[in-house]
Amino acid sequence: MAVYTFKEAKAAPSTSRGVLFWLRENLFSDIKNSVLTLLGIYIVYIMIPPLLDWMIFDATWSGTQKEIVNSGARWIFIIEKFDQFMYGFYPVAEDWRPNLVGLISIAFLLSLKFIPNIKVKLGLMLIYPFVCFVLISGGWFGLEEVPTEKWGGLMLTILVAAVGIIASFPIGIVLALGRQSEMPILKTLCVGFIEFIRGVPLITILFMASVVLPLFFSDGIDFDKLLRALIGITLFQSAYIAEVIRGGLQAIPKGQYEAAESLGLGYWQGMLLIILPQALKISIPNLVGSFISLFKDTTLVLIIGLFDVLAMVTLTTSDALWLGYEIEGYVFVTMIYWVCCFSMSQYSKSVERKYHTEH
Amino acid sequence: MNKSQLPPATTGGLLSSPRNRAIIFQCLALLAVVACAFYFTSNMFDNIEKRGITTGFSFLGETAGFGVSQSLIAYDDTTSTFLDVFIVGILNTLLVGVIGIICASVFGLLIGIGRLSSNFIVAKLSLVYIETFRNIPILLQILFWYNIVLAALPGPRQSFSYFESIFLNNRGLLLPEPIFQSGSIFILIAFVIACTAVIFLTRWAKKRHDQTGEEFPLIKVSLAILIVSPLLAYFVTGQPITAEYPALKGFNFQGGLAIIPEFLALTFALSIYTATYIAEAVRAGIEAVASGQKEAAESLGLKKHVILRKVVLPQALRVIIPPVINQYLNLVKNSSLATAIGYPEIVTLFSGTTLNQVGQAIEIIMMTMAVYLTFSIVISLLLNWVNAKMEIKGR
Repeated sequence: MAVYTFKEAKAAPSTSRGVLFWLRENLFSDIKNSVLTLLGIYIVYIMIPPLLDWMIFDATWSGTQKEIVNSGARWIFIIEKFDQFMYGFYPVAEDWRPNLVGLISIAFLLSLKFIPNIKVKLGLMLIYPFVCFVLISGGWFGLEEVPTEKWGGLMLTILVAAVGIIASFPIGIVLALGRQSEMPILKTLCVGFIEFIRGVPLITILFMASVVLPLFFSDGIDFDKLLRALIGITLFQSAYIAEVIRGGLQAIPKGQYEAAESLGLGYWQGMLLIILPQALKISIPNLVGSFISLFKDTTLVLIIGLFDVLAMVTLTTSDALWLGYEIEGYVFVTMIYWVCCFSMSQYSKSVERKYHTEH
Repeated sequence: MNKSQLPPATTGGLLSSPRNRAIIFQCLALLAVVACAFYFTSNMFDNIEKRGITTGFSFLGETAGFGVSQSLIAYDDTTSTFLDVFIVGILNTLLVGVIGIICASVFGLLIGIGRLSSNFIVAKLSLVYIETFRNIPILLQILFWYNIVLAALPGPRQSFSYFESIFLNNRGLLLPEPIFQSGSIFILIAFVIACTAVIFLTRWAKKRHDQTGEEFPLIKVSLAILIVSPLLAYFVTGQPITAEYPALKGFNFQGGLAIIPEFLALTFALSIYTATYIAEAVRAGIEAVASGQKEAAESLGLKKHVILRKVVLPQALRVIIPPVINQYLNLVKNSSLATAIGYPEIVTLFSGTTLNQVGQAIEIIMMTMAVYLTFSIVISLLLNWVNAKMEIKGR
């Protein structure tokens, strides 16, 4: 009778796991793949080291511009002009005001998240813009008045984006509801407005706001340039928000509308309590996408003569002392935009994953 | 409010019936819009009168009197009218649009496929490309390429030269300009005949495939026909197309086809930027095809390229094409940013220079907007047509 003896288990083949296996599978599975890998490595090789050298290792961070000997980026320009990039021509002594507004805004956003009482929330929402406006423009409570021509830099960029987002939100909701409504005249008006705005580039709307709008009002009403740009941006953004929210409204099952009706809720009650909360929740990723677009589009205000953070590059480098420093300026502004937009898009992706419940 | 499902009007007076309320509400809305429009137009006419602005479109017949750096039609500083300026602007916008769309589609397709590649480095590089260029404002990119990269190119005397016929310097890109002599029409005719032949060949091959199941190497044969017949015509008619090469004379180049730097910067930036969105659309489209479809096709023993062409692509394209067409429209609208670097398209020429000279803001802005509205209507008609054509046809 044969005795069965156990054999030692063989070690796993070295080629089915580990670093080598991964390399073979992902980088060198066949000739085509290997060529692509080598090409990729070459691209990384010619791009990354020189870029790092320029940006960090050979860069000049301090001193005066006369002493620059390095071949890399001359960041002293940015450090020197940092105040202008952030606040434009806002008086340096008053910089604490925009900073305070920034802190208040963060506190405001946090309070919206943590204060449960809806009445307190609404109250804060009404007070918040007023406080910000008074703080930045001054003229009240002994604060020095700073005319809007002096507002600029990143502060202006954020201000334009924030006003565009906040003001266009309610208008966008009303437009979306109007477009979905079954009242023919109302629907036509909303569709006409939305399609008109979406059919033309933002720059033509800004031109219209800056040259045609003043003709529409009688002489007594005088708009300043910033307000005109804000009106143009708000009109533009509200059409896009309306389309995003329409998408959300369309995704709500018909049963929800019927349920609202069967509870005896009127149109507005049903919308505010049942339909809109769900529609807005579905729309969050697209809304964030639309905010990112708006944030990028705020750069266009430089074409109608406002000094946003991008316009600061041209402005600061036209200073006779700092001619030829455009590249540092553009790279700096690029980094600001990239960090802001990228973090917003990552946030929207995380939200999308959070609400993604299908398989 | 859904009229058909509403309860009948009750006896509680005019306002209690939802239908009446709807009518009253709409009348009020219309009244408000009309009142605003009336207020604006009456103010407008007042202001126009006070400031002595002329109205109407008669300015279009006046001589423009300024130069344009690039024009696809004959344009002359001294005789051309504002109407010519308008047309030059539209054509230049279209030129950037068409070239930009072609480049963006090619980049976008490559990057989108690269993003799904099984090669780790290729996939990550594509991802880095997308995340970098999508998150930077397009205006900033245009200004960067124009003010930094193109401005850093050497002057005409130290141009980069390729094959002694293509030159790149800070005044733009110079290419050999083809010159068509008599007889070149036959090449065009040969090309048209070749196209017709390919269409008939495609039909015949499909019919044969349906009847016998035999595959015909259609793509290779069609390409051969399309390339060989114009070439044949070219040599038979005695090489009627020659090229004029750019040559350095004095301080600048003479002759050849000069592409201005504004065009290069704008088209490049728009293509790079739009390509990121197209790449994402391509990726989403391919990922949307259920993996079971591919596995089923594999289990039938189909070859890889057949699976791609007959199973994956037809389903992916249905998802890919609508957002891509929207991106095309965005590209055309974004070309209006040319005004920041002075490329002579419709916004620069018309809402910029012409508005400064004539001062008739209302007419000029309206005409500019009308151009873009026309583009967007054409594109949305195209989109509807494509959607209808690609709809899943149930039986």
